[in-house]
Amino acid sequence: MNPALFLIGACFLVALALGIRARRGHAMTLEQWTVGGRGFGTVLVFVLMAGEIYTTFTFLGGSGWAYGKGAPAFYILCYGTLAYGMSYFLLPVVWRYANAHALVSQADFFVRKYESEALGIVVSLVGVAAMIPYLVLQLKGLGIIVSEASAGAISAAQAVWAGSVVLVIYVVASGVRGSAWTAVLKDIMILAVALALGTYLPAQLHGGFGAMFAQIDRLHPGFLTLPRTGMSPAWFISTVALTALGFYMWPHTFGSCYTARDENVFRRNAVVMPLYQLVLLFVFFTGFAALLEVPGLTGTSVDLSLLRVTDHAFGPWMLGVVGAAGLLTALVPGSMLLMSACTILSKNVYAKLARRDVPEAQVTWLARALVPVVALVAVLLTLRGGSTLVWLLLAAYNVVTQLFPALILSLPNRPIATRQGAMAGIVAGEATVVALTLTGATMGSLFPSWPPVITDLNVGIIAMLVNVVVLFVVSGLTGRPHRYLQTAP
Amino acid sequence: MRWYRWLAVVPAIGMLGGVPFANRVRPYVLGLPFLLFWVTAWVVLTSAIMWLIYALDRAGERNAAGDRR
Repeated sequence: MNPALFLIGACFLVALALGIRARRGHAMTLEQWTVGGRGFGTVLVFVLMAGEIYTTFTFLGGSGWAYGKGAPAFYILCYGTLAYGMSYFLLPVVWRYANAHALVSQADFFVRKYESEALGIVVSLVGVAAMIPYLVLQLKGLGIIVSEASAGAISAAQAVWAGSVVLVIYVVASGVRGSAWTAVLKDIMILAVALALGTYLPAQLHGGFGAMFAQIDRLHPGFLTLPRTGMSPAWFISTVALTALGFYMWPHTFGSCYTARDENVFRRNAVVMPLYQLVLLFVFFTGFAALLEVPGLTGTSVDLSLLRVTDHAFGPWMLGVVGAAGLLTALVPGSMLLMSACTILSKNVYAKLARRDVPEAQVTWLARALVPVVALVAVLLTLRGGSTLVWLLLAAYNVVTQLFPALILSLPNRPIATRQGAMAGIVAGEATVVALTLTGATMGSLFPSWPPVITDLNVGIIAMLVNVVVLFVVSGLTGRPHRYLQTAP
Repeated sequence: MRWYRWLAVVPAIGMLGGVPFANRVRPYVLGLPFLLFWVTAWVVLTSAIMWLIYALDRAGERNAAGDRR
């Protein structure tokens, strides 16, 4: 066995041991399995939320886009930062309401606010639909790491199968406490690896950041700025804005805010989290260094750049360390995604559709039984593949961002939208996303004669506009919102 | 709504609104191409602004608690 694979395997065993250990002493009820009994302080909520954000996407996808596209990759640094600013005001309101009503999932929130079980089911399905591509992304990352570490001895397809088996074992064995403690280990490793690679490579190989960027600018003019058309400033701004709105709409992110002990946790996190984003800077540096060191990767293989440059500069032991960190960046968010998707399908879809009182033990059992099923769906989609990590994430974000208008309008004590309006808006928005994705439409293909400022906009804007317009029109037609509220308890 | 909370929109306007003007390589700042420096600077400023809002909120809450006593 080569040293890289050995290190990665050892790291998995440590993660598994942490997961199983964390579980001891806590009976595994559904609330315990998913929201950790609502007893997490600033540090654990911080790592849990950071754990979801620093995924294989940021690690391999971020460096891959810096390598393949240059400046457009900077969008990754921006959207999270703006979302954290928003979280200062959004999350305490959500948490207070969720805590007062003992809510477990994101769908519960919509059900309670709009007094509509049907809306809960729609929100649940939207969440799961968005989580699948995100999960595919983690599995792809796992596949890339394992197959690169084995120097091609294990094919990417075999690695995806192995990775998803690992993920399923991990999720079934541990639940959210496992994720939280593994997230601590993961964050330490990712910080160390990103800082080490991002400072060492430019300094040693190119004589510093400045020299490295000057060389890139010379060899690839225009690479360090946004192009005039295509991924222009208009694309950049619209993509960052849309993605920032979608940031907390993920069912697992929304749900992990329920784990907090009190609302100050979020306010402190809003101050600290932007700084934590700066790790991304070093991920970019690594991608840029790779562009000079191991040029020639194109298409989806740009996602390999970080691992290739590590192997090139340091050899297999370091590749093992980086691979192990990468494994954790797939395992932690992957397990959160898988767990959320299964809990949602069981509790918020199956149990609601059954139209009878389903005992909690049965809901818990079904959630666990669904873990391998959902993983299998994700594996099959992964193997069909063909997109880079960043494109997968952008597609998933377009789906999940459609929940934003209905959520934000539900926050006041008197929701501004009606339940019919919220439902119609979400459905119309998602239908637009599906239509745009299937036809591969862009703003340029929809409005060919318009100026680039419009045609470069992220096409998700159209879906968002359709969503908001339908929401308000239907809300207007279905009566005064506060009249329906008077009937609510 | 406390007035200073509007400061929270400053990062969005600065970071994104500035992109069309900051979209250039030179001057390099701290070794970074200007566009990368621009967005990085706003990440740090966002943290600073959120800290300021948090500090003012806390001060306000302490005063309110004091008044009640």
